[in-house]
Amino acid sequence: MDWALLVTQILNGLQLGILLFLLAAGLTLVFGIMDFVNLAHGSLYMMGAYFCATLTYALDSFLLAVALSVPLTFAVGIVVEVLVIRHLYRRDHLDHVLATFGLILVFNSSVHMIWGAAGNPIPLPEFLDGRVELLPGVVIPVYRLLIIATGLVTAGAMYYLVQHTRLGMRIRAGASNRDMVGALGVDIKTLFTLVFGLGAAMAGLAGMMIAPITEANIGMGDDILIVAFVVIIIGGIGSVRGAFIAALVVGLIDTMGRAFLDGVLKVFMTIQNAETAAPALSAMLIYILMAAILYFRPQGLFPPKNR
Amino acid sequence: MYKHAMWLLSVLALAVSPALAAEKVKIGFVTTLTTPAAVIGNDMKDAFDLAYEHIGGKMAGLDVEIIYEDDGFKPDIGKQKTDKLVKQDDVHFVTGYIWSHVLLASRKSALDAGKFLISANAGPSQLAGKLCHKNFFNISWQNDQTPMALGEVLNQRGVKSLYIMSPNYAAGKNMVAGVERTFKGAIKGKDMTKWGKDAQLDFSAELAKAKASGADAIFVFYPGKAGGAFVKQYMQAGLNKSMPLYSVYTVDALSLPKFQKAGMKGVLGSLMTQFWSPDMDTPQSKKFVSGFLKKYGRYPSFYAAQSYDAMFFIKSAVEGVNGNLGNMDGMRAAMEKVDFPSVRGKFSMGSNHFPIQNFYLREAAADSAGRWTTKIVSTVFKMHQDVYAKDCKF
Amino acid sequence: MSAMNLRRWLTALCLALFALVPVVAGVFGQPFLLDIFDRIMIISIAAVSLNLIMGYGGMISFGHAAYLGIGAYSIGIPAYYGYYDAALQLPLAIAASALFALVTGYICLRTRGVYFIMITLAFAQMAYFAFISVEEYGGDDGLVIEARSRVPAGVVDLESNVQLYYVVFAVLVGALYLVHRIVNSRFGLVIQGAKDNDERMRAIGFNTFRYRLTCYVIAGAMCGLAGWLLGNFNNFFSPEMIAWTRSGELIFMVVLGGMGSVFGPVLGTVAFIVLEEVLSGFTIYWELIFGAFLILVVVFVRGGLMGMIAKFERPRP
Repeated sequence: MDWALLVTQILNGLQLGILLFLLAAGLTLVFGIMDFVNLAHGSLYMMGAYFCATLTYALDSFLLAVALSVPLTFAVGIVVEVLVIRHLYRRDHLDHVLATFGLILVFNSSVHMIWGAAGNPIPLPEFLDGRVELLPGVVIPVYRLLIIATGLVTAGAMYYLVQHTRLGMRIRAGASNRDMVGALGVDIKTLFTLVFGLGAAMAGLAGMMIAPITEANIGMGDDILIVAFVVIIIGGIGSVRGAFIAALVVGLIDTMGRAFLDGVLKVFMTIQNAETAAPALSAMLIYILMAAILYFRPQGLFPPKNR
Repeated sequence: MYKHAMWLLSVLALAVSPALAAEKVKIGFVTTLTTPAAVIGNDMKDAFDLAYEHIGGKMAGLDVEIIYEDDGFKPDIGKQKTDKLVKQDDVHFVTGYIWSHVLLASRKSALDAGKFLISANAGPSQLAGKLCHKNFFNISWQNDQTPMALGEVLNQRGVKSLYIMSPNYAAGKNMVAGVERTFKGAIKGKDMTKWGKDAQLDFSAELAKAKASGADAIFVFYPGKAGGAFVKQYMQAGLNKSMPLYSVYTVDALSLPKFQKAGMKGVLGSLMTQFWSPDMDTPQSKKFVSGFLKKYGRYPSFYAAQSYDAMFFIKSAVEGVNGNLGNMDGMRAAMEKVDFPSVRGKFSMGSNHFPIQNFYLREAAADSAGRWTTKIVSTVFKMHQDVYAKDCKF
Repeated sequence: MSAMNLRRWLTALCLALFALVPVVAGVFGQPFLLDIFDRIMIISIAAVSLNLIMGYGGMISFGHAAYLGIGAYSIGIPAYYGYYDAALQLPLAIAASALFALVTGYICLRTRGVYFIMITLAFAQMAYFAFISVEEYGGDDGLVIEARSRVPAGVVDLESNVQLYYVVFAVLVGALYLVHRIVNSRFGLVIQGAKDNDERMRAIGFNTFRYRLTCYVIAGAMCGLAGWLLGNFNNFFSPEMIAWTRSGELIFMVVLGGMGSVFGPVLGTVAFIVLEEVLSGFTIYWELIFGAFLILVVVFVRGGLMGMIAKFERPRP
């Protein structure tokens, strides 16, 4: 076993997990508090990436662009909430799924119209574009470390917000018992809008983080969204802590599968078949994990109390 | 009463029947116009439109009508659109097709309807060999050929070991097979990544493996948006210092302007093989490239070059029978002769209707105006034929 | 017009129109019309089967498209080895989908609500990646099905597009009749009762789990049959055709047409596919219009198209 490679791959897995957490945190809050299934969450991830790409070229600074794009996606989230989402809270999940499925199409097509079909790369400043050697043989691009750091800081901030502020108290209360919070005179409407905007901003941030690696692309959020759903289901709907742990687990499983599964499979089958089967099987692993967890713990790993 | 009704119906049928509109040459063009892959589709469409202008909208005195269809990057949609073109629009030629899997899915629809199917890009091994058909032509290349040329380049440059990465679909498998066929050194590792609408774009795990493998060089095939993502991460991982990049269909006129915009100088000098390059010295190529630059303000990609050629190829077929579009045998014979000015200069058609042509080594470089493009370095293969032709029996 | 009549008439009218499509297509020389309606009817069968569990049983499956894949690969894989006999392929398609439904249903039906949605999605994704992973049967590229299922000579010839069309038509009518009979039977009442109040049904003494599982298996097998038809019709199948978006589309067709009405899903499918055909021919930005339409339908139209029609039936207050 090559230890340097193993450590590198673990870090890669962590970085993917952190990214998933940024996406899943907003999703789990919206789901937990408003009981709203938002398939269009991935579109906000895409919007964040496109805003950031445009602003990076306009301002010639990636960091400044991120600082401006976060409030921009927050604003887009608010607009979407007021125009569409708000009218659907009292409907069942089916209506949520369909309306937000429609939103995905609207977002994708609008982006195609505004930015064109080509992907938008985001150039990184010099000091982020290099690499560092963390341990002997473990060389990691600086930018990937930045993603990990950003995710951890955001997770910390979320923890503080939810556990130690007045807003957080209401969010927690909302996640455990929505009707009671409303009955106690909290302005539920504004709370919901705020939470939705917050989720949008975090999704946008995740998009901004990934775009310098993969470019901002049409539909980039559609498929990672399903993975984010898996994360929040495994973690327990409404639980930020659960989302954090589940995101890391899913990120690690996916990366480890891609990194080592083909080597394992080659023992059993021809090289050609192993090369084809490995990426598909590693993608399948997370769904197997979700089905197994739901079978044994139908509420996920960390269900919020009193539900 | 019944008779009258039938008469009325047949009159109506005649009125809407496409048979009456046969004075036009109808060409169906299936490509990708939505999803990020639309960059390629738009380039092909632009080139086809330009070719339409350059032939004055006429072939053998007949008006030409082009019907564009979007395959949405999905094989089943591509097949549906092909069905629509041959059944509803009753086109004479179906062309376009970026993706091997879309072409494989659509093949039966076009050929069963008795139409000419002309691939302007995809060249999967199946269609060059066992699944070849007398009414199918390819005007680009067989998938294996370009990477075979690259494998030869690797040998010439003394590369001893190689790491391979490619998307996991029909063309990707052909590309890998191609480079493995000619490359004489050791293959240190190989990753086939998820392709399609939800293609994998983060290659951190694979690049770490490539690096740990200690191979002399890395070979990749990542067309479209994945190309940009790959090259970026390859450079971020610092592999350009230790493991030179050899690619096919990855660094092209679609990705180079983006790299230039993002200031990724490291991509200049990277090597690839191709049957054509914008700096090629043939009259048709010059006319095409200058016309394209003038009309669209950017260099055409090889996808565009092939689409441009496809128009003239079809024109040669129609002119070969003086516009008698019912004469399939005559048109086929005309196309087999390859009697038209191609952007790539002289070439011929193999027995399986795939081109026999030269392949060149190209290098990413800046032109005199500072725009990033590709330049020919040397000729790798002269009049090269694909290896599947022997399996083809009409 | 009395309450039920308008909807009955509409059902009869629609089916009559379907039956006439080949004639119209033949007379006007528009064979593509046949293709569109073939597709509409096949997807309708899938939607009708989904409606059985979703509309009547409250089981929202986000992975119903998987059965289309299982049905289609039941032609494709035997055909790959040279077995074209319908007597093998058809029972295989139905049995394989029923088995998949039985195994996954046994696990899925232990969960409720959104967890049920997600776990059905999980199994469909597993099927999706399983088909992708098998290099032998085309993997990501999909499988070209060179010949359609072979039926003994003299019965029908599926290679004839018109004959295939009428086979599809017959299956659709059969599926509608079957669902109609099921929902009006004692079995169907138990299923609907379990949707509204599972505990009460159990208190009365019904083993609702068994009833629901049986219903789930019937719907799976029916959709597998649709997959068998789809594979034959398309001569091609790719894993892309069972991706989660396709399952989402099926759900939408059912909701658009009107959940819990036997014929509703057919209307929904017609509206969905015709709109998609027309809009996508009109502009490459068609998804914008289509998406906006979806949102408006969800926000403003409750009970789908059938619900709208039902409103006309009642005398206005």
